[in-house]
Amino acid sequence: MSSETKQILTTDGIPLEVSLKKAEKKNKIKAFLLVAPLLFFLIITYVFPIGDMLFRSVDDKMVTQMLPKTFKAMENWDGQELPEEEVFAAFHEDFIKLVEDKREGKLSTQLNYTKNGFKSIIKKLRRASKKFEEGNYKEQIMSVHKRWADVEYWRAIQRRAPEFTGQKYLKGMDMYVNEEGKIVSVEEDRRIHRVLWLRTLEIAFFVTVFCFLMAYPIAHLLATLPMKYSNLLMICVLLPFWTSLLVRTASWMILLQQQGIVNDFFVGIGLVADDNRPEMMYNKTGSYVAMTQILLPFMVLPLYSVMKTISPSLMRAGKSLGGTPFVAFWKVYFPLTIPGIGAGCLLVFILAIGYYITPALVGGASGTLISNQIAFHMKSTLDWSFASAMGLMLLSGVLVIYWLYNKIVGIDNIKLG
Amino acid sequence: MSVNKEFVKFDKVDKSYDGKVLVVKDLQLDIAEGEFITMLGPSGSGKTTCLMMLAGFETPTNGEIYLDGNAISSIPPHKRGIGMVFQNYALFPHMTVYENLAFPLRVRKIPKDEADKKIDKALSMVSLQGFASRMPGQLSGGQQQRVAVARSLVFDPQLVLMDEPLGALDKNLRESMQYEIKHIHESIGVTVVYVTHDQSEALTMSNRIAVFNDGKVQQLSSPDELYEKPVNSFVAEFIGENNTFTGEVSEISGQKCKVKLSNAEIMANPISVKSKGERTKVSLRPERALINPKDKMDNIHNGKIEEVIYHGDHTRVRINLLGNPEFILKVPNSSANLDIKLGNEIKIGWNSEDARALDPK
Repeated sequence: MSSETKQILTTDGIPLEVSLKKAEKKNKIKAFLLVAPLLFFLIITYVFPIGDMLFRSVDDKMVTQMLPKTFKAMENWDGQELPEEEVFAAFHEDFIKLVEDKREGKLSTQLNYTKNGFKSIIKKLRRASKKFEEGNYKEQIMSVHKRWADVEYWRAIQRRAPEFTGQKYLKGMDMYVNEEGKIVSVEEDRRIHRVLWLRTLEIAFFVTVFCFLMAYPIAHLLATLPMKYSNLLMICVLLPFWTSLLVRTASWMILLQQQGIVNDFFVGIGLVADDNRPEMMYNKTGSYVAMTQILLPFMVLPLYSVMKTISPSLMRAGKSLGGTPFVAFWKVYFPLTIPGIGAGCLLVFILAIGYYITPALVGGASGTLISNQIAFHMKSTLDWSFASAMGLMLLSGVLVIYWLYNKIVGIDNIKLG
Repeated sequence: MSVNKEFVKFDKVDKSYDGKVLVVKDLQLDIAEGEFITMLGPSGSGKTTCLMMLAGFETPTNGEIYLDGNAISSIPPHKRGIGMVFQNYALFPHMTVYENLAFPLRVRKIPKDEADKKIDKALSMVSLQGFASRMPGQLSGGQQQRVAVARSLVFDPQLVLMDEPLGALDKNLRESMQYEIKHIHESIGVTVVYVTHDQSEALTMSNRIAVFNDGKVQQLSSPDELYEKPVNSFVAEFIGENNTFTGEVSEISGQKCKVKLSNAEIMANPISVKSKGERTKVSLRPERALINPKDKMDNIHNGKIEEVIYHGDHTRVRINLLGNPEFILKVPNSSANLDIKLGNEIKIGWNSEDARALDPK
């Protein structure tokens, strides 16, 4: 901190900084030991899994290791015509080894990701390879199925040669590397991820807006009510935390379904016809309603903690100086709550962007988010590297938002409580 | 030019927060234009409530408040045009000093160059020129205080309310600010209603002081009158130091009365006692009693020195006098060497007109 160039010595002649470090050393070690358990916990449960995820999303060693000789032989192949006998022989050799280890199924799955149609021709090749004779493997393999004589399929194999690949990321953006090595978008009717990304952003944005609009008055009331009422209100705000997320979502299902309480009420007061009940669940509406309710406390609490610190005399001062109640609110009160608004919005938006259970249960087809897609690949297709890639894209999206927030509002301006 | 004697008028104002207890009872108070009036009282005496009613943040439960002849109970605070300085200054922390001062001018749609002139004037009044671009957080307590005063005056209100504005400052700063506020008041002639629980602050600054207790104005008079001639024992005890004797009136005639204590009789000035046999509390200022009086005084008694406390410019002596072990004397620190030693017996005398026989309470 000090800008002085002259070194300051203690009375014993030791430089002050050295002396200070020595004096502080014990405390520093103590402090470190106190945080060490958390640090190790974080490394094991957070840093390590994220690192693994990052690695998994670009890792493509599997095919590289299954077909080592093939890829070595392919190094001299320009990819224009069908490869030479040398490549076919190497491929045969690798393939026989895989069949012995019963791993050719995995190869077919992997190659099928790159190009459709590998599954059946690899099955055929396995059966036929038992009767293969020595020599001239090119002819023999090509005779198994006409696709083996198609240069496209060999190019597809060659594309799997590198140990690392970014293709999962491209797939997450509905893009792929075509035969010419160019990055292109998939056909319009097969694009699913871009829609999901946009929908995730849209739902997260609107949930944040709804949460803000509802939480601001609640937080203000909490901060200004006398203690005995504000405690009760605080309990009401926190009550959802005491119930399982699943139960809360399930209760929204009871409320929002077509024969549910809300619809019954609308029919009862004659707002909608009995045979024309609106669908409020298994679509975006369901996601909006349930997520807003569930994430509301995350907006209320930071706002409340900021509003609590704003002296009521400021609003009074604003009014006594001649500002109408609105002017006093807008010019005096509102600017002072911005740190809480920032914290709440950032928190809700980030939570909403990765929300999973609620949209899975009440979102239906049009209300699911990218996290549901990630879960789908984790559990159903078992394409973990793709799931990891999308998870990381989500993470980097959040980091970008955080960065933008820091640029625009400033992260020092945040106040969580 | 005639001065409006009833610039602010509290007319039979009652205030209750819970419907059970009256915080302000039947308040009747007139404030003249250009006056510096202080509401003084212990906490919970209703003085701040009165100020809040005048500012418009509380509504009177009964009665009416008039400002320059107009009833203001139904006017919202922002339309009253009253400047106010709050206890904790209430400067807007996200605005610079300039913006703080510009706030009341902007909401009044005063053009910028005119507003700038007013802000300059207000800042120079509190000697804070050159601080316009600072944030309140970068100022010391005293500077913030001055900004708050400047802000309450910048839009030229006719009435300024101050709610214990100096409460958070240290002693020296508080004293210099007292003079500063007093000078500002004198130079611009604005009407000031000032609330404090600090009696020396009230005595220094005000034209008149309203002493509050228990929701009522106990006495409304100028500082010297309040100190010299308290009308009841609460005021006598609340303002300044006080020696008291409790007894019964044994004789009363015109300007003098005799009060019988447990073991003696003293002469006193009957203020709130009317007839023989009434209980009374006689109040005497410490500086009105003399040691070894040379003049003829109608009360001369012997007492024993119990405690001597050195205060620099004066010495406080606690004496056991006429059964009152808490009798205090102030002896100025002069070259005249009096024989003030612990345990000595000394003679103490005072005039009966200074011993005010008040209500027994």
